[in-house]
Amino acid sequence: MTERLLTYAEALREAQAECLAADPDVYLLGLGVPGPTGIFGSTKGLVEEFGADRVLDMPASEGGMTGVALGAAVSGLRPILIHMRVDFAVLSMETLINQAAKWHYMYGGKMRAPLTVRLIIGRGWGQGPQHSQSLQSLFAHIPGLKVVMPATAQDAKGMLVSAVYDDAPVLIFEHRWLYGLTGHVPEGLSRTPLDGAKVLRPGKDVTLAGFSYMALESMRAADLLADVGIEAEVIDMRTLTPIDHETVCASVEKTGRLVVSDTSHVEFGAAAEVVAAVVENGFSALKKPPIRIGLPPIPSPTTPALADLYYPRAVDIARAALRACESDRQIDDTPPVTPWRDVPDPTFTGPY
Amino acid sequence: MDTTAPESSAAPAATRLAMYRELLRIRLIEEEIVARYREQEMRCPTHICIGQEAPPVGVSAHLQQSDAVFSAHRSHGHYIAKGGDVNAMIAELYGRATGCAAGKGGSQHLVDLDAGFMGSAPILASTISVGVGMAWAMKRRKEDRLCVIYFGDGATEEGAFHEAMNYAGVEKLPVIFVCENNLYSVHTPLEVRQPPRAIHELASAHGMLGLHGDGNDVDEVWQLAKTAVERARAGSGPSLIELDTYRLKEHVGPNEDGNLGYRDPKEIDAWAEKCPVAGFEARLLESGDLTDAMIADVRGDISAEVDAAFAFAKASAFPAAEELSTFIYPSGAGAGA
Repeated sequence: MTERLLTYAEALREAQAECLAADPDVYLLGLGVPGPTGIFGSTKGLVEEFGADRVLDMPASEGGMTGVALGAAVSGLRPILIHMRVDFAVLSMETLINQAAKWHYMYGGKMRAPLTVRLIIGRGWGQGPQHSQSLQSLFAHIPGLKVVMPATAQDAKGMLVSAVYDDAPVLIFEHRWLYGLTGHVPEGLSRTPLDGAKVLRPGKDVTLAGFSYMALESMRAADLLADVGIEAEVIDMRTLTPIDHETVCASVEKTGRLVVSDTSHVEFGAAAEVVAAVVENGFSALKKPPIRIGLPPIPSPTTPALADLYYPRAVDIARAALRACESDRQIDDTPPVTPWRDVPDPTFTGPY
Repeated sequence: MDTTAPESSAAPAATRLAMYRELLRIRLIEEEIVARYREQEMRCPTHICIGQEAPPVGVSAHLQQSDAVFSAHRSHGHYIAKGGDVNAMIAELYGRATGCAAGKGGSQHLVDLDAGFMGSAPILASTISVGVGMAWAMKRRKEDRLCVIYFGDGATEEGAFHEAMNYAGVEKLPVIFVCENNLYSVHTPLEVRQPPRAIHELASAHGMLGLHGDGNDVDEVWQLAKTAVERARAGSGPSLIELDTYRLKEHVGPNEDGNLGYRDPKEIDAWAEKCPVAGFEARLLESGDLTDAMIADVRGDISAEVDAAFAFAKASAFPAAEELSTFIYPSGAGAGA
């Protein structure tokens, strides 16, 4: 049992370092991957340690280079392709959706594409309409792609290692606001299975299920609810494919109430998939209609004056839980610690 | 096709003075953004164009208001040189309702339709095909207009760039592709991204004229742009102009970045020596077309304009809450059921 604390970014870096050391077929690829800032620190120094033929820069050719990585993957290599912002990966949609997702199936199981794609999502500091989208649901809709969203440092490492050794294409969505958070991370190539959710905090009154950064906000919401005597159970969903309905249904069986939060738009999003899973598999346990929390059907605004209104927070989850519990208690909003709520903490001074 | 600069006849003196003023104007506006960015009130990713002022100035000297310009992430100079409203640009950086995109876009999404600045976007090469589409519409409607599309060296690695170039070539569209080659895509040097052939040589592959020159010399930019603009206006088709230039600040933000180690400090110093503003100013002083007194006047005028723009931005209100959900879909006539 280790008590080592690593940040989420350090955990990602360690996962890649250990995979590179363990397997000569693993390599990293992406614009700026060997660069001086190293993908927000998550690849920093790896080129010095493993060399430029293992830690590769690339042309600004996301579409073509995804095909190149796919070609290497079906040749038996294990590429980790990295996009600093998911918005740039949109340029690779053809290869991911038409090709990578389907090569195993449409060639009768003869081909395998052990391709890992790291996609960073985020928000804040005016990243705006084309630098702060959360596009996980788009990809999760496509059979053949695995879509996962680690929320803790331990899972960041464990799920990345699992992705590298998975023979299917795996897309890892990493929220930029998680990068500085610390957690206990085991040494060595320990894997987190890419198969479902994890209960972060037990409770009996209401289930708060969250994806990625919203799992963290759900934990904060549970604290707010505890102050008014409500015991929330918090579930970190961790994967979109599959949606782990067993874990959520088991929780709702106890609580009868469900609030699901996602970093993306509510409509046609992952939260809807969780609700559907519970309605289909555990309908009789529901005491109240489930509630979804996420982004409105509006592009990300740049100005902080609108961005502050755009993103749901712990208080919104907590108030939704109050409604689900038919509680007449009040939960006060937490005051911002910075002039605007467009940074995860005061150490962010922009731009990023 | 010909890839050398044509025989030159220099720009008229009045044009050169106007270009000097414009170079200095862009520089001083950018320097003020740099100075004030640390106040943390411009809360959006901001790509400073200090060192790259000459391309938009030399190109825009040939453009009419009705001509269209598209840009990418490092767009301030392109916007200003095309006549974009500076008050609205600074207000946009401050996220105010009076910003050119109503605060919704920030520095990466400048727009001023009245000035013919059609938009900018940070996804590489994303506006190139859109600009070609506008040029296609101009030709179809037999309009006497042309379209200029600015992008960096990185964008030429995208498939969309080549697809758009191909179509512009086959349709002989009134479009000018202006590649500001500043040698880096974020922190990745050109030589690890592209084979050892010049970007302007790609022009012949797509059936258009390729031109190449010193992007820090506004006289040379003006010459090259003259050739391309005349071709476009004559219906002779598109051109690709590659301009060698250099970004003196970090990729995004107000700081120097020599400490990061991806660029040789000697390289940064050498390009700083080739400053497009100071170099042109020295030539104008030497020729007697410009005097110290004239410089003082121009600087005074620009300082007043810059101060007014920042005052306007800071005095402007933030968008009201209801603005969050405006403009998702068009409203009014033609908006559909």
